Amino acid sequence: MTSITWRYRGGVAARTVAAIAGGYVLTSIASALVAIALPLPRADAVSIATLLSIVIYTCIILWVFATASALRAWIGVAASSAVLGAVLWLAGRMP
Amino acid sequence: MKEGLRQSMAWVHTWSGLLVCWLLLLVFMGGTAAYYKHEITFWMKPELHQAADAPSRVTPAESATLAVRELQQRAPNANAWYLDLPHERNPLIYASWTNPPRKGMTREERRAAFRTQNFTLDPMTGEKTAAPRDTRGGEFLYRLHFDLYYMSAIWGRWIVGVASMCMLVAIVSGVITHKRIFKDFFTFRPKKGQRSWLDAHNASAVLALPFHLMITYTGIVTLMFMYMPAPTKALYGAEQNTMFSEVFPNAERVKPAKEFAPLADVAPMLVQAERAWGAAPSRVVVINPNDAHARIELHRPAGQQLSNIEPTMTFDGASGALLSGPKAMSASLDARAAIYGLHVAHFADPLLRALFFMCGLAGTAMVATGALLWGVKERQKYAKVLAKGGKVGFGVRLVDALNIGAIAGLPIAFAAYFWANRLLPVEMAARTNAEANVFFIAWGLAALLAQIRPTRAMWRVQLMLGAVLMAGIPVLNAITTDTHLGVPLFGGPGLRPVAAFDLVVLALGLLLGWAAWWLGRKANKQAAAGQPANRAQSAPLEAA
Repeated sequence: MTSITWRYRGGVAARTVAAIAGGYVLTSIASALVAIALPLPRADAVSIATLLSIVIYTCIILWVFATASALRAWIGVAASSAVLGAVLWLAGRMP
Repeated sequence: MKEGLRQSMAWVHTWSGLLVCWLLLLVFMGGTAAYYKHEITFWMKPELHQAADAPSRVTPAESATLAVRELQQRAPNANAWYLDLPHERNPLIYASWTNPPRKGMTREERRAAFRTQNFTLDPMTGEKTAAPRDTRGGEFLYRLHFDLYYMSAIWGRWIVGVASMCMLVAIVSGVITHKRIFKDFFTFRPKKGQRSWLDAHNASAVLALPFHLMITYTGIVTLMFMYMPAPTKALYGAEQNTMFSEVFPNAERVKPAKEFAPLADVAPMLVQAERAWGAAPSRVVVINPNDAHARIELHRPAGQQLSNIEPTMTFDGASGALLSGPKAMSASLDARAAIYGLHVAHFADPLLRALFFMCGLAGTAMVATGALLWGVKERQKYAKVLAKGGKVGFGVRLVDALNIGAIAGLPIAFAAYFWANRLLPVEMAARTNAEANVFFIAWGLAALLAQIRPTRAMWRVQLMLGAVLMAGIPVLNAITTDTHLGVPLFGGPGLRPVAAFDLVVLALGLLLGWAAWWLGRKANKQAAAGQPANRAQSAPLEAA
C-alpha cells in the first residue's frame, strides 16, 4: 500500500484529466473536422462524424493511459488539439 | 503505468469498470427487462388479461375502423390520434390522442392529461376493455435504464452516458489486456477462489463479447447528438433542430386548415398498405382528424429490417388519396438508424429476443463478477491482517457493501416493484409514483443494510429475500388475478406473455435461491474446517 508514491498519484490524476477533459476537447475538434471534410450532404456527414466520435474518444482515452508518461499524454493531447483546432479555424474562415 | 501496454490496460480496465459498475448493474438489469417491456406492461395490467384470452378474429382494417369509430365519439377535435393494432406482441387495440394544448399548461399538466386520454379495445368484440390500473409497467424499467429517476431526464442521460463511456473503455481495455482470449473462454476452474471468479468474469464477458460491445456502443449512439454536439455545431451552427429534421425523417407536421372535412375511411388504406408490404400496418397515426388538412400515416410493423425507422405510407385524410410512400434514406442515414435499431431490437423475433435477453443477463453477470473480483483481489492484500483478527480497509468494506446492495439488492427492488403492482390499492392516487417509490425504498433499504453489515450473512439474507420475492410472484399473480400460471399455459395465445413472465421470474428466483444456498454451504464447510467464525463473517466471498 505504501509503495504508491505521491508522484504516481499525481501522474494518474494528470492522465485522468487529460483523458476525460482533454480527450473530449480533442474528440470534438476531430469529429467536427471529419464532418466538414466529408464530401457528403450535411445530414450524412454529421451522422458519420458523430458515430465516429465515440470511437475516436475511446482511442484517445486508451492512448493517454498507454503512453509512457503523463507529460507525454498531455503534450500529445494538447498538440493535436492545437493543430487540428487551427485547421478547423482555417476551414471555418474559408468560403 | 510504466510497465507496458497490457499492464496499463489492466489498470484502466479495473478502475473505469469499478467506478461505475453499480450504476451499470442497474442499467443492464433495466435494459435487459426492457426487451420485454410490452409483455411486462401487459402482465402489470391484469384487467386486460381476459380480453386478450380469445384470439383476435378481426382483420387489422376492421380493428382500425372500430377504434376510429370510438375516437370520433371521444375526441373528434383532437390534434392527433394514435392507434396500435393487434400484432404478435400486442393482443389488443390501444388508442390514445393529444388535444391542442391550452394556454398556460405546464409540461407536467400536459403529460398528466395525456395519460388519461386513451382506451383499449377488445379486438374480438370491439367493446372497450375494463379500465386497467394506473401503472407505467415495463415503461418505467425502460426509462429507468437511461433517464434514471428523481432527477431531470437530461441529468440522468448524462450520468448514464458517462457510465456507458467508462464501460466502453473498460471493454476495449479488457480485450487488449486479455492475452488468451480464445483459450480462456474454455477455461473454468471451479472452487479455486480468486481464479474461479476470474474465469467466471472471463466466461460471461467473452461469451457474449460481441453483444456487450455492440450494446454499449449502440447505447451511446442512441443519444450521441446530445453527448457529442461538435459535428452538429460545425455543420448547422445553432440550428440544431434543422439537423434533427434532416437526420430523423419525420412526417411533415401539417397545420390544421381549421375547416371541417369528414375523415375518409381508413380500412381501404390499410388494405392497400398490407398489399404493398406483405404485412398489415401495426400503427396508425391520424393528424388533424376531421380537418381539411388531415393526414393518415400507416407504419409498417417491425421485423423486416434492422433500422428502427419503419417505412410509412401517408394518405390525405380528407380525400383518402395516397400522398407519399416510404421516404428513401441515404446509406449513411440508414446506417445510423440500423445501429440505433440494433440497440432497441424492435426487429427481433421471439427466439432472437430471448437470445438478446440472455445476453443482457450475461452482461449483468459480467459486471457483477468483475465487481466481486476486485473485492476478492484486494482482500488478499489484507491476508496477514485478517489472520491476526484485524479488519480490512475502508475501500474493501465499501466495495463489499456496494456489491451486496447492487447485486443482491437490485433483484429485491425489481421484485418489490412487481409486488407493489399487485398489492397497492387499484384506486390509489398517484399510483404510478407509488410503484416507483416502492422500487427505490426496497433498493435503498437493501443498500443501507449492506453498508451497516457487509457480511456473508447479509449476502445470504438478501439473496434469499430476492429469491422468495421473485419466485413468489407467480403465486402472488395466482392469488390476485384470474390468470394463474395454468390458465395461459392451456388457454389462448394472447395470454402467453403472462405465463412467460411468471416462468421467467420463477427461474430468476430459483437462481437467486441457489446462490444463497451455495453461500450457506460454503459457510458450513469453513466452520466445520475450524476456521475462525469472524473470518467467515467479515470475508463475504473469499475463496467462494
